[in-house]
Amino acid sequence: MGMTEAILLTIATAATPLLIAAIGELVVERSGVLNLGVEGMMIMGAVGGFMAANLTGNPWAGVLVAIVFGALTSLAFAFLTLSLAANQVATGLALTILGLGLSGLLGEGFVGQAGVKLTNVNIPVLSDMPLVGPLVFGQDPIFYMSIALVIGVSWFLFTTRAGLTLRSIGDNHISAHALGIPVLRYRYLAVMFGGACAGLAGGHLSLVYTPQWVENMSAGRGWIALALVVFASWRPLRVLAGAYLFGAVSIGQLHAQALGVGVPSQLLTALPYVATIVVLVLISQNVRTTLINTPAMLGRAFVPDR
Amino acid sequence: MTYLSPIIGLALALIAGAIMFSFLGKPPLGALYAYFIEPVSEMWSVHELLIKAAPLILMGAGLCVCYQSNNWNIGAEGQMIMGGMAGSILPVMFPQIAGPFVLPAMLIMGVLGGMAYAAIPALLKTKFKTNEILTSLMLVYIAQLFLDWTVRGAWRNPQGLNFPETRRFDDFARIAEMMPADGRANFGFVIAIVVALAIWVMMAKSMKGFQVKVIGASPKAARFAGFDAKKMVFFAFLLAGATAGLAGIVEVAGASGQLRTTISPGYGFTAIIVAFLGRLNPIGAIVAGLVLALTFLGGEAAQISLGVSDKVARVFQGLILFFVLACDTLILYRIRLVFSAKPASQKGAA
Repeated sequence: MGMTEAILLTIATAATPLLIAAIGELVVERSGVLNLGVEGMMIMGAVGGFMAANLTGNPWAGVLVAIVFGALTSLAFAFLTLSLAANQVATGLALTILGLGLSGLLGEGFVGQAGVKLTNVNIPVLSDMPLVGPLVFGQDPIFYMSIALVIGVSWFLFTTRAGLTLRSIGDNHISAHALGIPVLRYRYLAVMFGGACAGLAGGHLSLVYTPQWVENMSAGRGWIALALVVFASWRPLRVLAGAYLFGAVSIGQLHAQALGVGVPSQLLTALPYVATIVVLVLISQNVRTTLINTPAMLGRAFVPDR
Repeated sequence: MTYLSPIIGLALALIAGAIMFSFLGKPPLGALYAYFIEPVSEMWSVHELLIKAAPLILMGAGLCVCYQSNNWNIGAEGQMIMGGMAGSILPVMFPQIAGPFVLPAMLIMGVLGGMAYAAIPALLKTKFKTNEILTSLMLVYIAQLFLDWTVRGAWRNPQGLNFPETRRFDDFARIAEMMPADGRANFGFVIAIVVALAIWVMMAKSMKGFQVKVIGASPKAARFAGFDAKKMVFFAFLLAGATAGLAGIVEVAGASGQLRTTISPGYGFTAIIVAFLGRLNPIGAIVAGLVLALTFLGGEAAQISLGVSDKVARVFQGLILFFVLACDTLILYRIRLVFSAKPASQKGAA
């Protein structure tokens, strides 16, 4: 395997968790809910996935449990913000704090244990082709799920009736309610979809990216995923582009560290975070695209009878 | 209800905590006792409580103003680090400068450091409309890495056997202990109380405080009244940054006496909980700061006496914020039982 292939592969691996978490959050935000707890749901997915894979020896059990853990964590958020109409920003922060704490507690006995890696796909002839083989036919299964999610979410949001309904709720929940659309039911489902995606993204971290459990192993990726949604101005294909851009930045800094460039390692580690700020500034300058695409009800509580 | 709901929230968090302890195979009531009562039954540990409460109260009070004016600064942790570093410039780089003016100068530089770092998300928000939640959080990671780099590199103690820490501060650069005979608590706690009270007076009695509330409650009404929302962004961020920077230098010049690669076990994030548990009221933040400091202390105590993980503290803190927010509904809405044909849209108390 050549150097180019290796780098492209690692970029895909670094981008996949960001992409999955961001695409889930995109659906949540399109429904008008701002869930800042992506980091918490992601880390719960990571710990749940690692525990299940470690106990059963089957990485697919890990994938499943990661998704379930993410969705269950998001359910707590949904209950507070949707049923109790609590402040979404604060509840999202609470979810992150709780998720980081709970995952640390759950995973404590698993620190330093060998993980079970989800093996890459291997299709006999196709995977052996130069360059295209490993990139298109030889990646880990979650990579293919991430691509399927982008296509599926694009299709759902922009070509189906339910997708249109979801977007209309995000733009005006009062009108949607007046039309008889079950606003809270849609939002519950959207939030849980986002949770499941964040959980899967966490599962990717602990089953593929680095198959082991390390406390706080999500390292701010949930927050970067949130930034990606803004960066993409709530469009699935732009999330794809953004995730790969960030994957490239984080892999680039790793290679630079390995090569021993004369720059402090801390500065290189900080690059993805600096890049997030720069990108956010650049994108928010374009006020018009941001305004057109931002779901108008984003972050606002909906109380049915008023 | 305003005062009752945080208490109900706390009680629910305790019940959830008891359930958690029984899952961990500990007797729930005994565990709660060991967690919340035992740590404050001895004088020296009360002192430890005050040490931990000082930064929480300072930052919690500052964040109250931020959140009331709808400025979501979640980067207090980073502003605290930068305050601690800016305040340490004198004792680390110019240890030969001695005298009673050093400590006040350090405190002021700490405040300025926190303010300068908080000005970044405020500037980006006002100038480019960039989301302040994300920028202020990203700046936390950057501050942590900057501290790590500085303490491992330029500021490392030449006589420190290669440990990643700076030289120890001289006595004149330390915040004095209040009652050295009993424990380590220093006057940082007094500073925290005074600052919190001052912010409370500002919020309750001054025009500025009124502006904060109006801009937060109704941006439109504030515009009609001629209140400048952009100036408010800066005011709120700089105030929160100032308290965070002060918290940083109080922690460094108080309890630790030198800079290490980390200066806070997440006080900046816990301060968010403090602000909400105190119902965004600076005096409430004093009480809430003590409660949250107890969760840190109890976590350490439970680790020793019960053998449970110190991660329990984080879980407790998350639970507290969760239940307090849930109980906010009790204040904001009147509870009514609704028997309707469509229970899906009427779920719960809302």
